Order: sequence, then structure tokens, then C-alpha cells
Amino acid sequence: MTLLDPTWTALLYLIAAVCFILALRGLASPRSARRGNLIGAAGALIAVITVFLSTQLDNIPWILAAMAIGSLIAAPVSRRVKMTQMPQLVAAFNGVGGGAAALVALLELPHNEDPWVRLAIVFTLVVGAVSFAGSAITFAKLQELMTTRPVLFPGLPVLMGLVLVLAVVGSWVTIATGSIGIAVALLGVGLVAGVLLVLPVGGADVPIVISLLNAFTGLAVAASGLVLGNVLLVVAGTLVGASGTILTRAMAAAMGRGVAGILFGAFRGGSTAGSTTQSERPVRSSSAEDVAVLLGYAQRVIVVPGYGLAVAQGQHTLVELVTALEARGIEVVYAIHPVAGRMPGHMNVLLAEANVPYESLKEMADVNPEFKLTDVALVVGANDVVNPAAKTSPGSPIYGMPILAVEDARQVVFLKRSMRPGFAGIENELLYEPQTTLLFGDAKDSLGKILAAVKAL
Amino acid sequence: MDGMALLTITVLSVFVGFEVVSKVSSTLHTPLMSGANAIHGIILVGAIIVAGQADDAWILAVALLAVVLATANLVGGFVVTDRMLEMFRGRKAPATAPGQNPTSGKEGGR
Repeated sequence: MTLLDPTWTALLYLIAAVCFILALRGLASPRSARRGNLIGAAGALIAVITVFLSTQLDNIPWILAAMAIGSLIAAPVSRRVKMTQMPQLVAAFNGVGGGAAALVALLELPHNEDPWVRLAIVFTLVVGAVSFAGSAITFAKLQELMTTRPVLFPGLPVLMGLVLVLAVVGSWVTIATGSIGIAVALLGVGLVAGVLLVLPVGGADVPIVISLLNAFTGLAVAASGLVLGNVLLVVAGTLVGASGTILTRAMAAAMGRGVAGILFGAFRGGSTAGSTTQSERPVRSSSAEDVAVLLGYAQRVIVVPGYGLAVAQGQHTLVELVTALEARGIEVVYAIHPVAGRMPGHMNVLLAEANVPYESLKEMADVNPEFKLTDVALVVGANDVVNPAAKTSPGSPIYGMPILAVEDARQVVFLKRSMRPGFAGIENELLYEPQTTLLFGDAKDSLGKILAAVKAL
Repeated sequence: MDGMALLTITVLSVFVGFEVVSKVSSTLHTPLMSGANAIHGIILVGAIIVAGQADDAWILAVALLAVVLATANLVGGFVVTDRMLEMFRGRKAPATAPGQNPTSGKEGGR
């Protein structure tokens, strides 16, 4: 028995769809963003209640149990995850969404004869599987369970071509015969394709791939909506597909590169500049006291915060140091690279967590001309976003990415854990320049020592 | 619903998606990605439908797996996005100097 007639059902799904649009719209400004997200969640709740009230369903206790399990897994993880680990969690949730879409499509196959519907089914199957497996690799890269460098092996392009052919043939046979066995094989092909797609992507580009896979999952959901004749899934999936595509392009543009270049650049380039071996050239390292003197007698200081700062949970100490410097009459600003952290905008989230006021955060375009007039650039746990290789070395994986012009500052101080290269896996020439000083150690410890030394000046 | 109507809705949704997202600042790219991520968790509706029509133990098992995955996507996606956005909550031009804020670090769950 169903409580809702089709008109009410359609109306409630429409309300849910509007909630989703408002959710994305709210995210346009920090002021309305949180409310927007809650509206989106309310829309999802309306939709789930509607499906229970409007559809003839068996196995309801099982379904409710499965939903409880899903919530019990996701909610505590989402509550507890560190802000620094947010990107991999987003990747993981994206992957499971793609996996769910693929499974739904697989189960719908026996019920559908229409070749167009079957086309939508194989599309969901393959794209959902690509998204699932690709997200899993992305997760592994972000969590540093595997190398963050592009993974290439001889025969990869051939293998990719083979997988592509298998996918086309498998799809065709599935549409023609409706065979579940072939469909399951096709699912496997999709999984392999997802792995092969993401393996060659280097660390610095991983965020863009998350966004791209997010768009893929959206498209898979939209296609499964076509299969089930469910307008809400069509609208929601298409919204995510379209917005994900826009976002992917915007991010790629912020890094000065094309989406195709990111996915397939590693094949063309041959060189992935830089190696795992660290060079033996001398660097100038120094003590916290020396750094404190440099900072304490400067007139202008620009702080360049990076992922290393966030990992060390050193934001609060950094803010204290900046306050102490300002008390000495020194002008201090923060320079934020758009992709500092692990995702575009990630550093803003991390600093917002530490109550750094928005007014003192400067975006790259505004702050870059100011480095020339700056006595000390203090780089805390950042590397790739200040690496001049992006300007000077065409073979480098980050070539073309706009960077913060710290090399223009009179003195550059790097707070680093070690000489290990950054997330992109390439060396930073700036470390060997004469105006550069390094202070090795955990960012929070180092900042604490510098703070004490500045106070003692 | 007939194919033409669905196609119309799909095409209109593409334009709405482009329009809504095209003006977002890079500051909010991470929450936006996460928010969009949460929205595609609505595949849960599809998973519930296939699970509710399953009459074979194997089919039910696969469908329930889809329900678990979709719920994780939906619930986790909205919660994570909310947590990120919590960070951006009204901090307008503080009167005092930044830092040494006794309330900083109040964020739980770390």
C-alpha cells in the first residue's frame, strides 16, 4: 500500500530538487553557505521519506537496517575527521556514491528491455565503477597510503586502450543481450579503468581529479534516474554533473592547466621532473633565535601557511607569533595560495578553524606584488605553492601553476620538517638560494621557539 | 514520464547547475565540492527502490549494499560539509587583535 498518490509524490520530489538547487546556491557566499547546506540535507530527508510513502516496498526492515549501518559508519567518521584529512574523506564519500549508482544500475538491468534504457544502465555501471575505483586510488594518494607521484609503467597506454575497447564491446553486448554475467564483467572493466585513470595523476593534481570524479558520480546518478524514471535523481545528478564540471575547470584554471593535461599529461611529458633522491647540495639552516632576529627587526613580513602547518596543528602558535610581531609594530599579512593544502580553498578552511581573521588573509593576485617590498617571507609547511619550478622548468608536473612570489622577498625563511619534497614530489630550488634560511623541525615546535625568542628580544 | 519531458528536465538542470556554480569564489571551492558530493548521495532513493523490489536473497544483498553505500555518501556528505562551513561562521572584523582568543580551539571532535 502506498500513502501518497503520484501527484503528491512528484510535488515532494520537486520540493527536494529545489532544496538541492538552493543548497548549491547558498554555497556561493560564506554567509549563506551553512544554511544552504542544511536546506540541502532537509531536501534529502524529504526525498527519502517520500520514497517510503509512495512506493510499494518489501524488505522495509532490512532497508532501514542498512540505512542505519550506513549512517553509523559515516556520521562518526565525518564528525571526528581532522580538517586536514577532509579531502580524502570527500573522495571516499564520492566513491561510495558512485559504487551505489553502479549497483543500482546492475540490479535494474533484468527489468529493462528498451535499448535506450539499457544504454543508460551500462553508462551508470561503467561511470559509477570508474568513480568508485578512481576515488579509492585518490583516497590512497591523499592519505599517503601510496606514492603521491604519478605512477606510470610501460604498456599503460596500451592497457588503457584495451580497457576502453573492452568497455565498448562489453557495453554493446550488455545492451544487446541484457546478460547479467556480461554486466558484472563490465563492472570489473569499469573498476580497472578507474584505477588506470587516476594512477598517472601526480599529487598536486589529485584535488582536481576528486572534483572530476564527483562530476562523474553526478552523471551516473542522473543516468540511473533515467533508468528508474525518477525525476529527482535526474535533476540532482545533472546538477552535480554540471556544477562538478564547472568546478573542475575553475580549479584547473587556477592552477594554470587544462583538465586533459592533468589526466594524460604524464603520458606525453615523459619527464616528471625531480626524483625521489634528494640532492646533496648545501642549504643554510639556522636556529630559532636567528629567525626571531630576522623577523623581530623586519618592517614587513608575509606569512605563507601550508599543509605542514595544519598537520602540526600549529595555527594557534602562528597566530600568537603574528600578534607578537604586530605588537612590535611590524606589518604582517598571510598570503594564501588558492590550492594551498590538499584542495582548492582548503587552507581557508584550516585557518578559519584557527580563528584567523579573514581580513588578514590575502589572495595570491593581491599579495604577489607585495613580496618585493617585504623583508621576510615566512613559509610555514608549504612547498609546492612557492616552488619557482612552476615558472622556470617546463618538464615539471607543476609547470604553469601560478605560485606565490616569495623569491622576491629580501629574506625567505622556510620552516620545514625535512628536505623531503612536497606533495607534488619535486625539489624546490628556492631552498638552495642565498637569501633562504631553513629551520628544521615540527612547525608547531619551531613556531613556539621563535615566539619565545621574539618575546625575549 | 515520457522521454521528451525527462530530456527537457535534464537539459534545464545542466543550465541551472552551470549558472548556480559559476560565481563561487575559490575560498569556498572545498565546501562546494563536498556539498555537491552530498547531493549525489540521493542515489539512496534509487537504492531503496531496488531493495524494496528485490525478491531474491542475492539481489537483496547487493541492493542493501547499495543502500549502505548511498546512505554513507548522503549522511557523511552533509555532515562533513556542515563541519567545514561551521569554520566560516560570522567572524566579522574583530575589534581586538587576532589570536589569544580563549574560545579558539573550541572545535570538538579532534
